[in-house]
Amino acid sequence: MKILVCISNVPDTTTKIRFTDNNTAFDAAGVQWIINPWDELALTRALELKEASDTSIETITVINVGPQSTEPTIRKALAIGADDAVRVDAQAPDAYAVAANLAGYIKENPYDIIFCGIDSSDYNGSLVGGMLAEFLELPSVSSVSKLDIEGDTVKMNREIDGGSEVLTTPTPFVAIVQKGIALEPRIPSMRGIMMARKKPLNVVPPAVDEALTEFISYELPPSKAACKMVDAENVKELVDLLHNEAKVI
Amino acid sequence: MNFELTEEQQMIRDTVRDFAEREIKPLAQELDEKAEFSYDITAKMGELGLFGMYLPEKYGGQDLDTLSYIIAVEELARIDSSQAATLAAHNSLGIGPIYYYGNEEQKMKYLPQLCTGKALWGFGLTEANAGSDSRGTKTTAKQEGDEWVIDGSKIFITNGSADINIGSAVQVVSGEENGRKIFSTILVDKGTPGFKTVSMHGKMMWRASDTAELYFDDCRVPKDNLLGKIGEGSHIMLSTLDNGRLSIAAMGLGLAQGAFELARDYGNERKQFGKAVNKFQVNAFKLADMALKIELARNLLYKACWLKDEGKAFGKESAMAKLYCSEIAKEVADEAVQIHGGYGLMKDYDIERHYRDQRLLQIGEGTSEIQRLVIARYVNS
Repeated sequence: MKILVCISNVPDTTTKIRFTDNNTAFDAAGVQWIINPWDELALTRALELKEASDTSIETITVINVGPQSTEPTIRKALAIGADDAVRVDAQAPDAYAVAANLAGYIKENPYDIIFCGIDSSDYNGSLVGGMLAEFLELPSVSSVSKLDIEGDTVKMNREIDGGSEVLTTPTPFVAIVQKGIALEPRIPSMRGIMMARKKPLNVVPPAVDEALTEFISYELPPSKAACKMVDAENVKELVDLLHNEAKVI
Repeated sequence: MNFELTEEQQMIRDTVRDFAEREIKPLAQELDEKAEFSYDITAKMGELGLFGMYLPEKYGGQDLDTLSYIIAVEELARIDSSQAATLAAHNSLGIGPIYYYGNEEQKMKYLPQLCTGKALWGFGLTEANAGSDSRGTKTTAKQEGDEWVIDGSKIFITNGSADINIGSAVQVVSGEENGRKIFSTILVDKGTPGFKTVSMHGKMMWRASDTAELYFDDCRVPKDNLLGKIGEGSHIMLSTLDNGRLSIAAMGLGLAQGAFELARDYGNERKQFGKAVNKFQVNAFKLADMALKIELARNLLYKACWLKDEGKAFGKESAMAKLYCSEIAKEVADEAVQIHGGYGLMKDYDIERHYRDQRLLQIGEGTSEIQRLVIARYVNS
């Protein structure tokens, strides 16, 4: 069985977001890039499955659609334990371009389980996994919070309103994973970092080079108003403020 | 000139930072308060591959360069000096002498297990009456048949008495030649009759690291436990300290970086007179000076590491880096406490621990005064 984990290169989650060019572009200056947290958890689960003695996973490959500058992030995935990597040499302007380029590669190089994080922490579009499955004409299961391999089938839990659903699917398919899929991401060991340099990172040309959406402008959410402290004894003032200033009651 | 870290060095920094934030930060305050050595964190540092980073793979190491190792120490010290001390002392003082001066048999016997984080090794140099003046060493080793008979004691030996310590390299007077003492270094396994280790308590700093006194009373070890040659002790000691200075410098640099970040973040939250205290020029200038010192310290230390990795002489630069990094650690931690105001004096705030921890750095592995002596010999001869 071969596993593919799709990884997105995103700004560190503590990054202070700034825009340039009259709010039409994200300012990447000084930004530290990481593996999208959901994708990293997907990779963690894939590694756990490979290490379990009763599964027959031969390889774990990671794939990223992006320019050369994403390679440190890809190398980190290799340091954590992926066997090899693919970079589709293209910008990733929107979800369509990413999904279509992933599909282009996967059609030629099939995998049994294709992991995608439920969304990427930069644009939060939650689009790539579903689109990718459609392009590949494969089944997909979304919001997967638990995944085990039992013989030839894959057993999963997915979160639904007010509960959890247990289902199985034959392979190949796309697993769109979320919180719970693995406890916490792994820290690569020094040996892993050294070995990452020797693992294959194949750069392939893009299948498509167009985007279907265009970002017109960005704006930051309004900054949180300062907290107003009201003396615990002074209920009247609190009620007054809620009535007249916050206007919520 | 290329000041860029390699992709691996950058990944090592990110990795160790992540590890320190995740595994050490939540426990640092409590371990410090209880003065408790953490076997768990030590084992995890071993799993990560931080012990013996610069050793070849056949000895259990990772084949990394000096700078990678120094970056790891720096990143640990940014969060907690005690854990950084365990790592730095074990790598530079525990593993270092065996790797550089041991014969193949000694290396294969000790190094693989010392690289796992499940076993620690000490370096016994300082004595109650022999600190800066290491020629004042009184611990002796006499040859009797096929054995060395060791008598004396050592003090302030990092990692010397932890449960997982398996022995120490001990600096001894092994004889006399023309009225001058001859120094040698001997490996003594824990459990050897006549060898006792006692934990030292009541430290102001590095409270979650292990510090020991070593006692030797008619302690007999095989002749083959000699490290290097007879009379090579001073040389082993001096070259070990050249390397050790890089580690202490890294601890100063990391601590300064951590203290700076604490001051920056706290001062941007804390409001007085209607605005964040770091918006006042008096504090903004403090931060500018702190950042400047850290930048200078990092450039100096990394240059010393580069010299070592290039196989060039680095003794002067390592003394300079140790002196400068440890002194700016003091200055930066001091200003960082000042920006914290009254809260900086409370144990609930990490800066309080940094402020105490930095104080060792101008004393351990050669005081600031001794560093100036070393530098003066290089520049004034």
